[in-house]
Amino acid sequence: MTARRLSQGGRIDRTKPLPFTWHGTAMTGFAGDTVASALLANGVKIVGRSFKYHRARGIFGAWVEEPNGILDLEYNGAHDPNARATTVQLQAGMAARGVNARPDVDRDIYRGIDLLNRFLPAGFYYKTFFPNWHRYEPRIRAMAGLGRLRGDTDARHFENRSALADVLVVGAGPAGLAAARAASSAGLSVILADDRAEIGGSLLWNDATIDGYAGIDWAAHALVNSGVRILSRTTVFGAYDDGAFGLLECRATAPTGWAEDRLWTVRARQTILAPGAIERPLVFPHNDRPGVMLAAAALNYLRQYGVLVGDEVVVATNNDSAYATALALREAGATVTLADVRPALPDVAHAAQSVGIRVLANSVVLNTVGSGGVRLVDIGPADAASPRDATMRVPASVVATSGGFSPAVHLHSQSRGKLRWDESRAAFLPAGTVANQHFVAADTLAEAIAQGHGAGIAAATALGRTVTIAPPTTPTAPQADPIRPYWCVPIKGVRQWLDLQNDVTVKDVRLAARENYSSVEHLKRYTTLGMATDQGKTSNVNGLALLATATGQTIPQVGTTTFRPPYTPVTLGALAGMRHGALYAPWRHLPAHAEHAALNADMREYGNWWRPACYKRPGETAADAIQREAAAARRSAGLFDGSSLGKIIVDGPDAAAFLNLMYYNEVANLKPGRLRYVLLLRENGVVYDDGVVARIGPGRYQLSPSSSHTAGVLAMLEAWHQTEYPSLRVALHDVTSAWATFALSGPDSRNLLAPMTDIELTALPHMAFADGTILGIAGRIARVSFTGERSYEISVPASYGPSLWRALLQTDATPYGIESLSVLRAEKGYILIGTDTDGMTLPDDLGISGPLRAKKVDFVGKRSLTTPDALRLDRRQFVGLLPLDPHAVPHVGSHAIERTATGVRSLGWVTSACHSPALGRSIALGMIERGRALIESGGEVELFHLGKTSRAKIVSPVFYDAAGEKLHG
Amino acid sequence: MLSIPCPWCGPRDEPEFLFGGEPAVRPVPAADVTDAAWADYLYFRDNDKGPHAEIWCHAAGCGQWFVMRRDTATHAILSVRKPGEPA
Repeated sequence: MTARRLSQGGRIDRTKPLPFTWHGTAMTGFAGDTVASALLANGVKIVGRSFKYHRARGIFGAWVEEPNGILDLEYNGAHDPNARATTVQLQAGMAARGVNARPDVDRDIYRGIDLLNRFLPAGFYYKTFFPNWHRYEPRIRAMAGLGRLRGDTDARHFENRSALADVLVVGAGPAGLAAARAASSAGLSVILADDRAEIGGSLLWNDATIDGYAGIDWAAHALVNSGVRILSRTTVFGAYDDGAFGLLECRATAPTGWAEDRLWTVRARQTILAPGAIERPLVFPHNDRPGVMLAAAALNYLRQYGVLVGDEVVVATNNDSAYATALALREAGATVTLADVRPALPDVAHAAQSVGIRVLANSVVLNTVGSGGVRLVDIGPADAASPRDATMRVPASVVATSGGFSPAVHLHSQSRGKLRWDESRAAFLPAGTVANQHFVAADTLAEAIAQGHGAGIAAATALGRTVTIAPPTTPTAPQADPIRPYWCVPIKGVRQWLDLQNDVTVKDVRLAARENYSSVEHLKRYTTLGMATDQGKTSNVNGLALLATATGQTIPQVGTTTFRPPYTPVTLGALAGMRHGALYAPWRHLPAHAEHAALNADMREYGNWWRPACYKRPGETAADAIQREAAAARRSAGLFDGSSLGKIIVDGPDAAAFLNLMYYNEVANLKPGRLRYVLLLRENGVVYDDGVVARIGPGRYQLSPSSSHTAGVLAMLEAWHQTEYPSLRVALHDVTSAWATFALSGPDSRNLLAPMTDIELTALPHMAFADGTILGIAGRIARVSFTGERSYEISVPASYGPSLWRALLQTDATPYGIESLSVLRAEKGYILIGTDTDGMTLPDDLGISGPLRAKKVDFVGKRSLTTPDALRLDRRQFVGLLPLDPHAVPHVGSHAIERTATGVRSLGWVTSACHSPALGRSIALGMIERGRALIESGGEVELFHLGKTSRAKIVSPVFYDAAGEKLHG
Repeated sequence: MLSIPCPWCGPRDEPEFLFGGEPAVRPVPAADVTDAAWADYLYFRDNDKGPHAEIWCHAAGCGQWFVMRRDTATHAILSVRKPGEPA
């Protein structure tokens, strides 16, 4: 017999059937089901194949502890390859499949691997496949593992949110509810987070009476009108510094209806951790057969989902809690045999016996038998030495087992709280407290309510408030008999499973101990115990207790592995939130963006800016367009949108003094109305940026850093001003986006521009500017050039950008893009920072050394220019390269090499290369060791790229108009 | 995620801030400094475990730099001060 749905009971809605499929087979669940409860209700026994041995596995738990029910789910176009069946709310139309099995979990072609288990112990990968792991890895990876990605883009929408709270309560069981209720009565803002769809925690399946109500009814009403903000379906997965917590909310009402998770960052002044406890199983031979499950899970399925897990059930326990499961299953009509490892029957056994449950003391399961699921269960004495010691064989499809409860100390431990082993409860409990945190680790309902209320009082007191309500009341329950720690059946030679998800057995732990892995951290990594996606929630304590036994230590001596976030897996999409695609780093658009689009510009991303690379005409390639545009700028006139070029205003009586301390070049003697090309260094002497400084007035400058460096330059100047020179009276403003700036460049530029402005252009020499009007618009014209031609940069308020662009286009100037500009500047040997320079380039390497000799001020980076390294004679220097083959454009990044007796040595590399329309041949720029001496001597170098070599002559980097006649004319 | 008490704006979340590392005192006049002392200023930091001075900038807020003492072992923030204020 398999599990089945009862005709009544549970918190599901039988009037709302939800169709879904399991490996393509149509099934039906109800609203309120999880995928796991729906599969059980439909009689599915095998839900997956194990990670390593491909053994058949069934549903084992009922919530986050589930190790086996990892499914591939598709719903509404979205896909989750590793969904935990026990925590996913069933939706109509969901398609579920098992993972790590071909073609399906019932007929898995790899199931024969289990026969080889003797040869696949812990550490077999290390012992067998190293050092040639790379040869075996693809095949092994294909056979092991979990779900597979579909390979498409995740269409789901994820969100991030932040919140502040006076008190964050984790867990909405009886303790958390009592805590939230108390704290909110003190007038505090309270967030209560709980991972289930419905609040109440264990009240959802345990019998309870609180304040005279049934437990679950009390839970539903405890916080009405309290003002507590309840986040249900929200897992608090991580504890971070200063009261910050990471929360993952699974939004059931999301647009696609499923798993569109929301990441919360909540910072709370006080936190109350009432996370409850996770049951661990007893460990016995063949305890991984489908049908073996946690006792609390069996009760959970009955009470919450109306699913009876089996009609014949063996309950195996070492404590009182499983008796509740036995009684409930019996009441639902099951035949129940209860094996208790304790030598004497506890008081609660009488109640069980009185309803017809067979209760056996000093007994444990010695074996399970069945193909594809439990059919028969052998029971024998707890100290059995062999499976043959079994005293009875019971027909049963389910073994519901409890080995005790482990309080979920994860968040306490992540917060660096210490743990202690509590002998009487056989569990790790918080030792001491964490600042501003209160942990509830109750063993009974009465304790949970008292501790929860007390934690609410403690949090309120810490915040100077008073709790104004009395604690909830619950009848006193009879004292439970003590648990008997029992870690595995003392039988050797048969497999007893610890970690079901990672296929770790008792034998593996013993092997690790024999091989001297005595630390629990080593045990974990060697055997992979607790390293699966369930993070060993049901197996860690059993594993470390067995390690203690095997190494002759006590459990406190062995201790636990370090708890790290996250408590449960966090969807990567939720961490990214909306920061992906176009929103990852939002593009900046030029003021005349629409005009470029209208010209069919080839728009590309440059830094954060979206700029025209070139303006392709019909039938033209980008390379053709670049050559045409560059040639037109030299022949007549070109028009370039330079609006992204930075504009930083430096204002104040000490502006000149400050900038002189910052820049490599002298700027204090610059006259108003004049421009200067300048370098900005880092303190280590490396060239950080180049640009143009304009002196607007005595105490006012405008800096024009490179487009992608503007924010960085501003931040650097701010940092120096604030930390090193705070007494200098100067203020910095980035006004880049306030202006549209267009460059009109070429021999005809003056004639084309003159009729449009009242500024006398003939009176404007190179590196000077004037304010005036352009087509009636107040603006500025600066004569400055990055092409080597006579050029005017025209700046007007950004809103006039589109109209001025259109007007300038009508002059028949050819629009050119940034790639064409790059050709023009290369012909002139003008550097591009970050292209021709790198993190080692000093000004002298670029042939700029005047300021170091002439400037007395201690500017940024100056001292670094006289270190032994800066003065080395064999530094790489900026040069031009003329390939001997004028048609071949060398690859950027090609190394210039020198062949020596011992091999090949790099002399430097090519930094820019293109075909020059002005020269009608290929040219390149590069950084070459002792380059300037090679220019003098007319040297040649061998260029090497991906196995191919060519030769180039070292020349001056200025290929065109070396005398500057075009520039100044 | 630290909650950093900006001396101008009050407590704000760590993502609003830029980390500037351990403050180094610029030796002046730089021209008189030995190569070794200059290299020490540029590149060498104590990187203490325990109480540690750092400079931070409230980059996504007021844009101001300040000095923060922080315990690198416990992450506890010990004090903050504006540049130039006595330690």
